[in-house]
Amino acid sequence: MTVRVAVVAFPGSCDDRDALRAVGLMGAEPVRVWHADPDLGGAEAVIVPGGFSYGDYLRPGALAALSPAMGAVRDLAAAGGPVLGICNGFQVLTEAGLLPGVLRPNAHLQFRSQDVALRVQHESPWLPGVFAGDTLDIPVKHHDGCYFAAPAQLEALDAAGQVLLRYVHNPNGSVENIACVTNAAGNVAGLMPHPEHAVDPLLGSADGRILLQGLLDQAAVEAVI
Amino acid sequence: MKVTVTVRPRAGILDPQGEAVRRSLEGLGYAASDVRAGKVFDLDLDVGDAREAVRVAGRIAEQVLSNPLIEEFDVAAQEPVRP
Repeated sequence: MTVRVAVVAFPGSCDDRDALRAVGLMGAEPVRVWHADPDLGGAEAVIVPGGFSYGDYLRPGALAALSPAMGAVRDLAAAGGPVLGICNGFQVLTEAGLLPGVLRPNAHLQFRSQDVALRVQHESPWLPGVFAGDTLDIPVKHHDGCYFAAPAQLEALDAAGQVLLRYVHNPNGSVENIACVTNAAGNVAGLMPHPEHAVDPLLGSADGRILLQGLLDQAAVEAVI
Repeated sequence: MKVTVTVRPRAGILDPQGEAVRRSLEGLGYAASDVRAGKVFDLDLDVGDAREAVRVAGRIAEQVLSNPLIEEFDVAAQEPVRP
């Protein structure tokens, strides 16, 4: 059975099309969902894509977190379905309380658009075929990508294995070089780098496919159960 | 009922925006040892009295207007609060 992956588009999203295309390239069926939709069109997995939802008004992701489609994303996450937040999608998931921490303006207040190297912290269903210490090359492009969590929370995240990736060279001031975290259950993950922009070696790297494959694998397991 | 919510970065949290403003002030010759940048929300709530407005605004500030991980807020009634 082909896995269906919903991509939620908000007013101001701009990476939803790349995410839909990447899902298709990976052999899954992309389902476009509008922020006002009450459900995810029967999808087994969801990507909350990058962009500037609601113009980044209030705080990046804060208003999108309150939209009807996010209610459906919460339901899928609560049922154990895989949810991946990319860039603005990461911000949305933290503001929605589905992921720990928050994304703040880059410490240097500069927009960063560049390839970054990410160090794998440990094996995970999100990272099929790679091991602790491996490096992934995936681009970032953001102004508000500085991950923050309080010291006590950081200790808990580390202890629970919720930090999946760290920047080799920190591009934004993120605390402890954190690039990708999951929720406690492990089925919700978020990162500022863009896996959907790294799916073809012609464009420099196909390492983004690893995370997307992780999403599809977990959705397939869900579907079988 | 009019009420004002002020949101500011928590003490001890790096505020790059405030720091950029502070550096600019320094460039103009003003000696500022610290600048913190926040937000102000003026709300006009359809509730019975100022006390209720402050209570509702506090809830709104907690749920939406601020992120408690990095921000704190205070609420001020713009009309007299009767005891």
